[in-house]
Amino acid sequence: MSRKSGPVETSRREILAAGAGALALVIARPARATPESMAAAIKAFVGEADIREGMVTLELPALVENGNSVPLTVKVDSPMTAQDYVKRIAVFNERNPQPNVALFYLSPRAGRALVSTRIRLGDSQNIVAIAQLSDGTFWSDKAELVVTLPACVES
Amino acid sequence: MARALINVPAKAKRGDIIEIKALISHPMETGYRTGPDGALVPRDIINRFICTYNGEEIFSADLFPAIAANPFLSFTTTATESGRIAFRWIDDRGQAYLETAEIAVE
Amino acid sequence: MRGVLKNVALTAGFGGVLALCISLATAQSPPSERKSGFEFMSPESQATQQDDFSNPGMLWVAEGEAVWNAKAGVLGRSCAECHGDASVSMKGVAARYPVYFAESGRPIDLQSRINVCRKTNQNATPFPLEGRDLLALSSFIGKQSRGMPITTGEDNRLEPFRARGQELYEQRQGQLNFSCANCHDDNWGRRLASSMIPQSHPTGYPLYRLEWQGMGSLQRRLRNCMTGVRAEPYPYGSQEYVELELFLMTRAKGMPLETPAVRP
Repeated sequence: MSRKSGPVETSRREILAAGAGALALVIARPARATPESMAAAIKAFVGEADIREGMVTLELPALVENGNSVPLTVKVDSPMTAQDYVKRIAVFNERNPQPNVALFYLSPRAGRALVSTRIRLGDSQNIVAIAQLSDGTFWSDKAELVVTLPACVES
Repeated sequence: MARALINVPAKAKRGDIIEIKALISHPMETGYRTGPDGALVPRDIINRFICTYNGEEIFSADLFPAIAANPFLSFTTTATESGRIAFRWIDDRGQAYLETAEIAVE
Repeated sequence: MRGVLKNVALTAGFGGVLALCISLATAQSPPSERKSGFEFMSPESQATQQDDFSNPGMLWVAEGEAVWNAKAGVLGRSCAECHGDASVSMKGVAARYPVYFAESGRPIDLQSRINVCRKTNQNATPFPLEGRDLLALSSFIGKQSRGMPITTGEDNRLEPFRARGQELYEQRQGQLNFSCANCHDDNWGRRLASSMIPQSHPTGYPLYRLEWQGMGSLQRRLRNCMTGVRAEPYPYGSQEYVELELFLMTRAKGMPLETPAVRP
């Protein structure tokens, strides 16, 4: 009796375990950043201020060979004097698991508003850089990237 | 263990704008990746990076999982006086690291 | 899920190459003009390799220098105590590996040679293959030959092993039934899925591969290709890898060593 019921119970348990596993997988899968979540992250950065195009130059390669490491440079056309300088530069993406990439804090001592790093891109998408100047205004540039070999996949 | 490679010019003229580069050894584990057992590998990234020049902050950054493994950062500063440029970064395990470089300004 | 999708894409890529192989009446092998993988990279990746403060492989080189100077084993002896200044004693060494190793009567690669030294001269436990220490030390040693022409294969005793390496290179294998030559001699410069097919000159190992987000040996790279054609990779340290490396390095003779190189 118990021998007979054993395998049945085990298999039911296995099914339940598999079901729980699948559920866990669903929960664990990160929600991907979307244009909406990027918009929300940008709003958290700029508040109610307007964002104007210009002043900022976002440089990314024309062709991304591997999404694990994509060189990125942001320049802002600013004299970087005590009266007129870039306070912060934020970089956002719209299709990685989360919209924030980096937030840089600068001071007039930088001499130039020029920052470089290397980023991960999970997919082809838009990247946005926004600079906050010392007068409180926000300026932005956008780049659209085609990623042929995205980050986050194992070979 | 080489934790980082920092490039600061050893000498500069007062008022020169110098480029600083930092390359840091770190996996920048995103927290979105599964290991061989199917479980998520816990997030472990450098989340904060601060550069000071004779004690005063000249540059800092909040970093997110979208920063590539073995992160690279470059930025500029104006050479004002001789002294020490210090680099500090903190990862998700709360581990703090410090590297310094000397600069002679004439 | 994404992994599965990528595998499908890769399989489709290999299928495309198969179609190419069939459509090409004449193969262009062997490459008449040799090009390093460096030349197939984007300007951004090239710049990353060329700037020592931007090239992440230099982190391993710096670690390797620390390993070179660290006392190890029962005798508490460092590499530096015997070999002195690596920039003098190790100059040109990596450019001539694999070499003939009389004690075993076979060729030996640099990493295994380091481990022989560790065992016999330092009385220390050999480093695990593909581990961080061994990659770091071999990167540091490799860097001492950066820019020098590859000289592998000058010892006549190596010839039968080089020939065996060439056989392996030309032998079809795996479920997709491709040889290394099918891609790297016959179809270099074309794309496999989205990736450029280089001529497979091992001029920069160990190298920092963006795909790995870290440093790896030629053996790791060969394993990736074998998995790509759905073949069972040989275990790390297998003689087959040494023979393949010997063939490839001899084929790349005269090309400058780039260690630590950067590749996509």
